[in-house]
Amino acid sequence: MYTEKVMDHFTNPRNVGELENADGVGEVGNAKCGDIMRIYLDIEGDIIKDVKFKTFGCGAAVATSSMVTEMVKGKTIDEAMEISNKAVAEALGGLPESKMHCSNLAADALHKAIENYRDNHQKKE
Amino acid sequence: MRRVYLDHSATTPVDPEVASVMMTYYTEKYGNPSSVHGFGREAKQALEQARTQVAELIGANPKEITFTSGGTEADNLAILGTAEALRTKGKHIITSCIEHHAVLETCEHLEKNGFDLTVIPVDEEGVISVDAVQKAIRPDTILITVMHANNEVGSIQPIAEIGKLAKEHGIVFHVDAVQSLGKIPVNVDEMNVDLLTVSSHKIYGPKGVGALYVRKGVRIVPLVHGGGQERKRRSGTENTPGIIGFGKACELAGQRMAEDAQKQTKLRDKLMNGILDRIEFVKVNGPLGEKRLPNNVNVSIRYVEGESLLLSLDMLGIAASSGSACTSGSLDPSHVLLGMGLIHEIAHGSLRFSLGRQNTEEEIDNVLEQLPKIVERLRMMSPLYDQVVRSKHV
Repeated sequence: MYTEKVMDHFTNPRNVGELENADGVGEVGNAKCGDIMRIYLDIEGDIIKDVKFKTFGCGAAVATSSMVTEMVKGKTIDEAMEISNKAVAEALGGLPESKMHCSNLAADALHKAIENYRDNHQKKE
Repeated sequence: MRRVYLDHSATTPVDPEVASVMMTYYTEKYGNPSSVHGFGREAKQALEQARTQVAELIGANPKEITFTSGGTEADNLAILGTAEALRTKGKHIITSCIEHHAVLETCEHLEKNGFDLTVIPVDEEGVISVDAVQKAIRPDTILITVMHANNEVGSIQPIAEIGKLAKEHGIVFHVDAVQSLGKIPVNVDEMNVDLLTVSSHKIYGPKGVGALYVRKGVRIVPLVHGGGQERKRRSGTENTPGIIGFGKACELAGQRMAEDAQKQTKLRDKLMNGILDRIEFVKVNGPLGEKRLPNNVNVSIRYVEGESLLLSLDMLGIAASSGSACTSGSLDPSHVLLGMGLIHEIAHGSLRFSLGRQNTEEEIDNVLEQLPKIVERLRMMSPLYDQVVRSKHV
């Protein structure tokens, strides 16, 4: 049901964990629906220097979280805002149809983290 | 990698004795049981022997057994067939909230077509109260349909008492015994049932075969019309090899039930207690002891999600199932767990192991060694677990 790439990211997820004093944190989903994704960002200038995630959810939820962290590391925040949930799924070689809506939210979590960073940043200025 | 199969409530392997009995009826004795010639007669004779074998396991008369394509068809035949037969008498049907979809969806179909449906709740162990059934009975109630044992949490229902009520009120009583057959005694007279569903592939028989017991004198209208096979209750050329395999599986189940139950109860308790000992924040779903099927373990492991557990177990060759939304094929977790009052987040982390004849203590030890590591890994990834760990250290 899952591609090899999804299973690889599920088995060996990249960038699991938290960042202390993260510049931006974003969370989507809720325990009721069975998926929660939280993304932490360290940002220097406008470059994403480091990224970590924590996810509660199914195989697709874990794999998309892992994949999105790989996709954004070293990118500018503007570039990161362009990454869509669909692009994350495509980078994984596709997801089962039933997972496209419920568990494919990693890019949303990323965008929330960037918005959180922008909010914090603007306050500082 | 040695694989460990712990999903026997989904399906079982065909017993080699069953498979070998069936083979002959595919390649040599392939006659149509309705035919007059020798080929037909030998098939017919075997078919009737199988009917006797099924009847004996449930304490019925062979004439009361109608073979179907499986449990789902038998449930449909019982419910739709009764509704059709009694529709001028009344329109009210009683069922429970933990039934198999084959029963629930069929009842809901009738509800959409003018019948009234009462869905009885269950307690937190997944057991129906006889009292609640009594209160739901109306003068126009025509059918009560309740399962003998639940497929997800293994809770055994007070069938004899509900049956007594149904009898007193002259209501047809249907029981889905797909999960209990071969595991605990099933007797149509002691249980006071009029209609009883059984399935072959849950008891080491082939898939695609089941039966409906119809008590003598109870009228049902057939779903499938045609050549009038199965005493006109279910037309279509009989699946002779499958039915013969089912018959053999029933015979073996009768011989082995006591020993199987004793052995599996021991493994069940070892697995359940082992999980509780080794993993924190675990809840057992369903009753303990005698009120639980001998082969069922169901636990909710907090802060992790069921499909992730299943995938991780599967990579180690361990097969189980879950009531999480991802495995139920909808956005909601199992209706059974929700019906028992579990909140969504706990239902998402449910894991069912269903034991079978071939499972060994060594296999259970293997699961008990692997599962805590899997849970630990997933919890380390889980943002929900963070909060728990933090609050513990404050």
